[in-house]
Amino acid sequence: MEDTIAAISTALGEGGIGIVRISGQESFDILNKIFVRENSKNEFIDRHMYYGNIVNPENMETIDEVLSVYMKAPNTYTCEDVVEINCHGSIISQKRILDLVLNSGARLAEPGEFTKRAFLNGRLDLSQAEAVIDLIKAKTDKGFNVAINHLQGGFSSVVAEIREELLNVLAQITVNIDYPDEDIEQVLYKEIEKKLKEVNIEIKELIDSAEIGRIFNEGIRVAIVGKPNVGKSSLMNSILGENRVIVTSVPGTTRDTIEESVNIGGIPIILTDTAGIRKSENEIEKHGIERSKEKFNNADLGILVLDSSRMLDEEDVNIIEKINDRKVLIVINKIDLELKLEEKHVKNMIPEAKIIRTSMKDMSGLKDVKKAIEEMFLGGKIKQQESHTVNNSRHKDLLIKAKLSIDDGTELIKKNEALEIVEIDINNAYKLLGEILGETIEDDIIDRVFSTFCLGK
Amino acid sequence: MRIEECKKTKIHMGDYDIIVVGAGHAGCEAGLIAGRMGMKTLLFSINLEAVAMMPCNPSIGGTGKGHLVREIDALGGEMAINTDKTFIQSKMLNLSKGPAVHSLRVQSDKQQYHIEMKKVIENESLVSLKQAEVVDLIIEEDAVVGVVTRTDTYFTAKAVILSTGTFLGGRIFIGNSFYDGGPNGLTPSIKLADSLKKCGLPLRRFKTGTPCRALSKSLNYDKMLRQDGDEKIVPFSFQNETLEKEQVPCWLSYTNENTHNVIRKNINKSALFSGNIEGVGPRYCPSIEDKIDRFKDKDRHQLFVEPEGLDTDEVYIQGMSSSLPEDVQESFYKTIPGLEDIEIVRPAYAIEYDCIDPLELKVSLESKAIKNLFCAGQFNGSSGYEEAAAQGLIAGINAVRKIRDKEPLVLGRSDAYIGVLIDDLVTKGTNEPYRIMTSRAEYRLLLRQDNADTRLTEIGYQYGSVSEERYNKFLEKKERIRKERERLDNTYIMPSKVNEFLIERGSTALNNKISLSELLRRPEMTYESIKEIDQEERPNLAYHEITQIIVQIKYEGYINKQLQQVTKQKKMEKRKLDETLDYSNISGLRIEATQKLNKVKPITIGQATRISGVSPADISVLMVYLEKEKRNGK
Repeated sequence: MEDTIAAISTALGEGGIGIVRISGQESFDILNKIFVRENSKNEFIDRHMYYGNIVNPENMETIDEVLSVYMKAPNTYTCEDVVEINCHGSIISQKRILDLVLNSGARLAEPGEFTKRAFLNGRLDLSQAEAVIDLIKAKTDKGFNVAINHLQGGFSSVVAEIREELLNVLAQITVNIDYPDEDIEQVLYKEIEKKLKEVNIEIKELIDSAEIGRIFNEGIRVAIVGKPNVGKSSLMNSILGENRVIVTSVPGTTRDTIEESVNIGGIPIILTDTAGIRKSENEIEKHGIERSKEKFNNADLGILVLDSSRMLDEEDVNIIEKINDRKVLIVINKIDLELKLEEKHVKNMIPEAKIIRTSMKDMSGLKDVKKAIEEMFLGGKIKQQESHTVNNSRHKDLLIKAKLSIDDGTELIKKNEALEIVEIDINNAYKLLGEILGETIEDDIIDRVFSTFCLGK
Repeated sequence: MRIEECKKTKIHMGDYDIIVVGAGHAGCEAGLIAGRMGMKTLLFSINLEAVAMMPCNPSIGGTGKGHLVREIDALGGEMAINTDKTFIQSKMLNLSKGPAVHSLRVQSDKQQYHIEMKKVIENESLVSLKQAEVVDLIIEEDAVVGVVTRTDTYFTAKAVILSTGTFLGGRIFIGNSFYDGGPNGLTPSIKLADSLKKCGLPLRRFKTGTPCRALSKSLNYDKMLRQDGDEKIVPFSFQNETLEKEQVPCWLSYTNENTHNVIRKNINKSALFSGNIEGVGPRYCPSIEDKIDRFKDKDRHQLFVEPEGLDTDEVYIQGMSSSLPEDVQESFYKTIPGLEDIEIVRPAYAIEYDCIDPLELKVSLESKAIKNLFCAGQFNGSSGYEEAAAQGLIAGINAVRKIRDKEPLVLGRSDAYIGVLIDDLVTKGTNEPYRIMTSRAEYRLLLRQDNADTRLTEIGYQYGSVSEERYNKFLEKKERIRKERERLDNTYIMPSKVNEFLIERGSTALNNKISLSELLRRPEMTYESIKEIDQEERPNLAYHEITQIIVQIKYEGYINKQLQQVTKQKKMEKRKLDETLDYSNISGLRIEATQKLNKVKPITIGQATRISGVSPADISVLMVYLEKEKRNGK
């Protein structure tokens, strides 16, 4: 049978209710593991909704109060057993429930996978086939962008380093197994165990930092853009103010963009201050500007900062042209100075954007900025790209599974099991980490063997 | 060449079911199995002295390769039987590791191997062996119908198998000199390469090499380390229960700083570094100059002296292949302890040859471009006697099945190393001569050398390559194994009876009764060691049988885990894809995926997932497309 898949199936940030959907043979078992009903046995009638709590079976911590419904195959959307958990709409709540479901045996659904299953199982009619393909494609393309985004950050380089360490262990094991006659040292179990321990500490750090949101920061991505010296950094600092939650210092994001996380009206926001966008011949600066554009392209909302004391110039226009198709909020800053900027021009160029006048000197207009963000989000004008969450959940899921695999491998070493059996778990962890990076080169290990060891007749 | 043209200018010398071009390890297996499956078969060799020739190392088996030999045996091939007849040293490698990677390797008597294989072929009633150089294929309507020889004769057939090895377009390199030549001083097959290109088969150049041969009497073994075979010999063939034979030793020595200096000083004289060679060589067989160049911090390299046979004084210097000039070869060999007075009788050489890109082949090993043309061995981009033999066997079986209009034998990656080998070649292709390694298999625990017959003999019987007699013997063996396993599972022993025995052997004492199987799961317990407490009379089982039972018991948990994965994978392998499908017509596939799928033309979704450049999303798109087509068909 197909494996069991799960995903958050409501758009994030839109409504008061979120639904985590599970489909596949194990759906019901998974629900049973994590759903606790008050004063009643866990008996479910098909298609009935039950009130209860989602509880982490490991520490009995209650995660959310929910309504759960169990629908038996084949009369469901996917024609498989389906469970839907209706929980509170907050991103945090939905994510934690999803994490728990994934830890209980489900796999995160691929883009469009529920619909794909529905079609393959005969649920949708033929005319919808193209639509299904488009859905898979569109969602994958979107997810792919985010994956690339991650790749440029420090997260991926850490994963790559860990993977590299496993690769070296695997190459050593492989050469010992496949070239027993060569003049190469036998790998010692003690050494592998030590290496695995180190690797697992690193993976655990990644998972832990994911929990507190350091790397997988969840929320609406807001990028502040504008030419240099219009007051982007002051705006950022002012918004953060006492609301500042966590300061991320993701290695690799470098000096040119700064990311901070802030909570506005209960909505988690990741605020990015980008390097000033302008034409540049300077290589280092060019690099910074490229990053800014990238950040901006991945943002859910852009805040364009203009200087009211200067005329609209070529640099401003350039930026406006580039961001024209984005959700934008315009902040005209420095209104305490002499007004030279003509708001009319700006309005003409981006007619649908809301304009707010601010001065960071006396904090005027700051509340309006926050309010505008909040309204745009709650009003559904901006929403978090689903793929951010999907990728983050996916990555965390893969990290946890990789760690478990290494734990298993370590157990086998302690039991002094055969090398080729130990290898299976290490290889599995290696593959899981590869999935995070999106790498599928299978000959890695063999390449490493031949590049590291001197072999041959 | 067209048949009409042949009729006008050539002499027709016979009509066969199957013609095999080349009688190396691939060709011998292909020819023999075709004959045994009832086909009138013609096996060509450019020189009958080259039948089953071992132009490189005098050994068969090793990690992965030994598994292949066992599988060939389980499917009705000859290599294992012939190896058992002619080996002069036998060793089970990797005994310090688990049973999945135990690997048998022998030193063979080359001459005897050739003689015995030739005898078997000569005695196979439906197989004719002929010495001739095939120079062209006869093609009618995209299908091969025969071959033309250099002496202006032609032979017709329903299918042709190409197993040309390093003969095809062969070119020898020694130092700065090079010339057209086949292996071991034999003539190459130059014309055929040109003809194949004209037939529309794109060829490419691969390269391999072999070290020098020296006279044993010129070496001083006192300065080397003796390497003996195993005391207890394990036969390769499942049909031989035991074997006893006097064995000869090999010898180990090492290079040193002086050796490396000589090589470094002359490295620009090597054909490999002078740029004369265009072919791609295998990374796992670097020449000694390559090793020294790439691994500069390694201060010594090992070499083995291996006898070439009992009736010759020639020895093979393993680990020292080279394409340096002869004088340089001699001087660096002389720096090695024990080789100071070495008398080289055949210099080391590199050989470059023509082969096909295996992506041009179907999983059945039939050419995509030319119908009824099957390909095997080094021609397909592989390396090694065992890899060649395995493909020869499958190409032979599938040529027969094609003629009989039956579906081909396609072994899965979870069925056999042969499956891994062929799937890798035809799905992923290869950029260097391909060698099997156990690490290429996803399901290493299942693909053991001890259970090759359990995995494959039944399949061989179904596909016609295993005889009724052999199959019945196998069923008996299977039954013996099943019974003994059942007995071990159901024989319980009481703590009072065995605790003393257990504590004596450093094992934990029991609280409750326990089955013999459970006891055997303890790493410190072996079938032999529990004999004492196994009160019942034990059946008389062969080594192979006991090994299978023990491995099954000891690794049951891990094996079952892999079996679950296999079940999942098999589902993907069951979803068939039409070989004629044009992927350009499927909207939603990425461009790279479309190109790769059109090139490989996978026969199952499972195979498609293994093509590099095809993503999971592409597979999803493909599955939706297939479902759509299915419903449209209805």
